[in-house]
Amino acid sequence: MSYYFAIIGTQDNPLFEYEFGTSKQGGDGIARFAEQARHMNQFIVHSSLDIVEEVQWGNGQMYLKCIDRFYQNYVSCWITGGNVKFLLLHAPQPASANTSRSSTSIGANPTSPQTEEAIKQFFTEVYENWVKTIMSPFYQVNMEVRSPVFRSRVAAAGKKYL
Amino acid sequence: MASSQPGKPPLAGQVANGQRPLQPGLRYPSNGKTVYHRPLNRSRTQELSQASFAYLFGEMVSYAQKRVTGIQDLEKRLNAQGHPIGLKLLDLLLYREAPRTQTRPLHIIALLQFITNVLWKHLFSRPADNLEKSSNPETPDEYMISDNEPLVNQYISVPKEMSQLNCAAFVAGIIEGVCDGSGFPARVTAHSVGTGEEGELWPGKTVFLVKFQPEVVEREAYLSKS
Repeated sequence: MSYYFAIIGTQDNPLFEYEFGTSKQGGDGIARFAEQARHMNQFIVHSSLDIVEEVQWGNGQMYLKCIDRFYQNYVSCWITGGNVKFLLLHAPQPASANTSRSSTSIGANPTSPQTEEAIKQFFTEVYENWVKTIMSPFYQVNMEVRSPVFRSRVAAAGKKYL
Repeated sequence: MASSQPGKPPLAGQVANGQRPLQPGLRYPSNGKTVYHRPLNRSRTQELSQASFAYLFGEMVSYAQKRVTGIQDLEKRLNAQGHPIGLKLLDLLLYREAPRTQTRPLHIIALLQFITNVLWKHLFSRPADNLEKSSNPETPDEYMISDNEPLVNQYISVPKEMSQLNCAAFVAGIIEGVCDGSGFPARVTAHSVGTGEEGELWPGKTVFLVKFQPEVVEREAYLSKS
């Protein structure tokens, strides 16, 4: 399972991005996107913004679950009160030799309730750090986040839950 | 600010191999604690000294007053000072809500109730005194939040020649920030409604007039239909 995580500002401008792989089931936490698929991630994530705009007025939850799918790429979304979107693209690994063992893992079932819950916990933790970021008096809306501490916090959350 | 401007020295931030190296210009606090190490939840009783707030706010007003052309300009500047606070408080207060009620406001009423209850309690330790919709049928996009005794105005005496001024424009800016942030763009202005008569119950009563943009009203009508 490979993940691409992006934070999109209120003007649909990217504020932060991070790529990582699963750490569950003995994963090493390295993203394994094919080289030609990698630059597509940004397009896929941004193209689902239209769907976010539709779904966001449907219910008031921040976690909008899995909102979009492009072939084997699934996009989950969390929207903050300030209309900033957290988008997580998750792409399960093409069926490997040990399918029997990993068939129940969150990696193999991108739409299962377990995966949904794990992503929710990941987003919740990122949200906490996001609120801390914007509470900084030097942070203005739609500013790019470049703090290495924030990056390591996101990485830790990814490692913990996904 | 400029991460990838050509010709800038590498100090401003290098991007190499998709990984950002630690920037040499970044300084850590001496105790190693950043804004990320501080908890977001504060106990309910933690309050600020009103005297120190009044002192700071007095300085903010006189700072805003420098080189202004008129009262409207001054109120606009106070409004601009409050706006980013509203944007930040919106997410902070939503984060502190209990998980079951942690929902983004989708309707005007939900948003205004969030402002008059949650935001007001956070800022002033009490809910706002009144919330009403404009009774004028020509302005269905206007709502009024009233506060009998705005805390920010407690130690502000407005000179006679500036009687139009209401320094609660700062609070109006905070409200505007909350509205804008949650996707309800609005103009918020503060108005004194005290008549100045002797023996008046609330001489400092202030009304915050919230005027939503037409697209908000349009969306509201569409959402309530479906």
